[in-house]
Amino acid sequence: MRPELATDVASQPFDVAVIGGGNAGLCAALSAADAGARVVVVECAPKAFRGGNSRHTRNLRCMHDAPTDILSDAYSEDEYVGDLMRVTEGRTDAPLARLLVRASADCPAWVRRFGGRLQPSLRGTLHLGRTNAFFLGGGKALMNSYYGAASRLGIDVVYDAEVVGLGLVDGRFTAARICAGGDARDVRARAAVLATGGFESNIEWLRDAWGDAADNFIIRGTPYNTGTVLRVMLDAGAQPVGDARACHAIAVDARAPKFDGGIVTRLDSVPLGIAVNNRGERFYDEGEDFWPKRYAIWGGLIARQPDQMAFSIVDAKVAGRFMPSVFPPIVASSIRELARLLDLPPDTLDTTVAAYNAAVRPGSFDHSVLDDCRTAGLHPPKSHWALPIDTPPFWGYPLRPGITFTYLGLKVDERARVLMSNGEPAANIYAAGEIMAGNILRKGYIAGVGMTIGTVIGRIAGGEAAGHAAH
Amino acid sequence: MPPTDRTPGPDVLSLQQIVAQGQHVMTVCNACRYCEQFCPVFPAMEERLTFAEADLNYLANLCHNCGECLYACQYAPPHEFGINVPRTLAEIRLRSYEQYCWPRAFGAAFKAHGTLTALTLAAGLTLLMFAATWTMNGDALRESNPGGDFYAIVPHAVMVALFGSVGLFVLTALGAGTIRFWRDVHRGPAAGLTAAALGHGWREAMTLRHLHTTGVDCTSAEEVRTPWRRWFHHCTSYGFLLSFASTTVAAIYHTVFGWHAPYAYSSFPVVLGTLGGAGLLMGPAGLFALRRRRDPALGDPAQEGLDESFIALLFLTSLTGLLLLVLRDRAIMAPLLLVHLGLVLTLFLSLPYGKFVHGFYRTAALVKYAVETAARPDVRSASDTR
Repeated sequence: MRPELATDVASQPFDVAVIGGGNAGLCAALSAADAGARVVVVECAPKAFRGGNSRHTRNLRCMHDAPTDILSDAYSEDEYVGDLMRVTEGRTDAPLARLLVRASADCPAWVRRFGGRLQPSLRGTLHLGRTNAFFLGGGKALMNSYYGAASRLGIDVVYDAEVVGLGLVDGRFTAARICAGGDARDVRARAAVLATGGFESNIEWLRDAWGDAADNFIIRGTPYNTGTVLRVMLDAGAQPVGDARACHAIAVDARAPKFDGGIVTRLDSVPLGIAVNNRGERFYDEGEDFWPKRYAIWGGLIARQPDQMAFSIVDAKVAGRFMPSVFPPIVASSIRELARLLDLPPDTLDTTVAAYNAAVRPGSFDHSVLDDCRTAGLHPPKSHWALPIDTPPFWGYPLRPGITFTYLGLKVDERARVLMSNGEPAANIYAAGEIMAGNILRKGYIAGVGMTIGTVIGRIAGGEAAGHAAH
Repeated sequence: MPPTDRTPGPDVLSLQQIVAQGQHVMTVCNACRYCEQFCPVFPAMEERLTFAEADLNYLANLCHNCGECLYACQYAPPHEFGINVPRTLAEIRLRSYEQYCWPRAFGAAFKAHGTLTALTLAAGLTLLMFAATWTMNGDALRESNPGGDFYAIVPHAVMVALFGSVGLFVLTALGAGTIRFWRDVHRGPAAGLTAAALGHGWREAMTLRHLHTTGVDCTSAEEVRTPWRRWFHHCTSYGFLLSFASTTVAAIYHTVFGWHAPYAYSSFPVVLGTLGGAGLLMGPAGLFALRRRRDPALGDPAQEGLDESFIALLFLTSLTGLLLLVLRDRAIMAPLLLVHLGLVLTLFLSLPYGKFVHGFYRTAALVKYAVETAARPDVRSASDTR
């Protein structure tokens, strides 16, 4: 990486400009450079925060026919596609989904080729040991490896450079207008790969979709996913995919930072106790299914509660049975005291807990199976892991919806070309990563598939862009 | 959990601040766990939900400062959580050296280290010995050709008495410190301290396995991994052991067999000493150069003096020792011997109160980790995966 790069970039036309320096962008850049193209990566974040949401990730999902050094058993193409169909309820671009799954088999080799290191699943995530390859040290370590490889391949990287507009002539990309250090410049290239993620850190845009509730959302990832490029492309007549409210959102600790809190703010205590809103009332079956299958609906559930607040309440019997949160529980010796500490109406909370306790049927508690501890005659019910909340100290955690990413994106074809509203692909504009993930997932999520989309589609986009530039 | 907002710098932190920072860091790490397979620190951390001071001391001494977890960390500065595990554990490590040191009052020495201080002490001790020799054995000192006989300058009995008593004290202090550390971090039943666990910990310490646990070498900056730190450390530690062995063999020669120095260049003690001395030149010099080039974010700036004074003493002791070997038949031998002995004495005295102790505490921490791992088969050793 040369010094004074920001002044250089404006003066030279590149073969491929990659907008966005997360996993998808880096895979596109490496793939394009591998094909012989001169590549520039324009990254909005400063170097310390480069990598978009990928810096918070930890694995990617890949099919494999036999056990490997890091993945157990087999995860067939059909099973993987079936999982995608199930979580999206069929709302997916089936050919693209199948292409993704097939290409995922090669992802571990690709990661390693550029210096990334993989490991078997972490302790406590053994349910992913068959399907997901984990990055040693997590996604930021992987991004460091990719940036290191990019540097060795002579790829230029501009940090702290926000793309504020795209030069588009008759639907052709000519340049990206970047704003770096207060100056606006054009980065010209023969082709562009758009890999700028979703728009989840653009609160204004979220408010368009969610109303005032959006102000109470916590953004789990990078503050740099403002969706500017997505908006520019939609305004220029690119076909949208997904809707603006579609997002991956989980329950996070309400004390989390507004942005970039990543993995440590999530709370896994919900299925072990009850969850109430700020009126002190339960609102959903906390034990509906295994937490890994259900945690991603809780963001939406809390978003629909008054003031977008909820509280997870557990007692001493289950303390230590869930991953420790980064924030300490609020501890009280009685439910009423807990209510006061959590600023909940004590009478209502007391009634809620009493009604729940009275409805709990005896059973044998086993967190590792869908056990027979359930409530009877309670609405909403708690279907599994229902134990009375009766053993002090009682623990409470305040919860907020935490958005991981949004699904609204750009429609692409199987060559990662952005499709315009006339149905034709843009001549030299490609998209990869979360900005086009909606093609594959318009709702629902399975762990690690975001990084697979970024890797597979990023590689395709980079290769196609390099091919286009060469002609 | 209030993120502690403090700017990195050579400021002196209070024990309370250090412990609070350690707890903050470990709480974030324990909720994340992405670094789990880098080294034993993280699996050991996961066994705990809360972090008392003793837990932090254990984890801090388990850390080899390979640096991987800083660059991998999504919460590293300038993130508001400000997580820098290598530096935080380095700060706790220094505090643990002070805390477990025997006699405890000498713990203050850990803060007073500096290359200049060490050299001043060495010069003072040299002068003292020079004065003593001048007074008691002035003729030998004025002799133009002492014929390579060190004992003609400082009699054997004096050397044995001086270095024997200092050595005994040093061993006692090191042993007491290590036992204090062990007792504090390994509470509960003594069970599990098996020969296997001892062997395992010892092996890992002697091979520095956790500077390349994952199959690649440790970092000196982001995406910069080299084996040099490990190899220079090996040169240093094995150089030290060889030099120690050389002295031991010479002592056996003298007392058991009555074979008196000077020994031939091809003799066993001289060969051992020469090899050891060479290691103690290359190792410390290499470590010094690496230290200067390493990303400063990985270390505790307050420990520069601690590290560099030890490096300087090892290097100068070895240098004067080797010069003494080469020049033992020259007139310069006598003053050189006294300088060398002054340095050795300073080095010895600083062993229980300087960087040297890290080897003892780290080995003990590795043994404890082996005990813990054996007790919990589900604790996957970091090395089982690549």
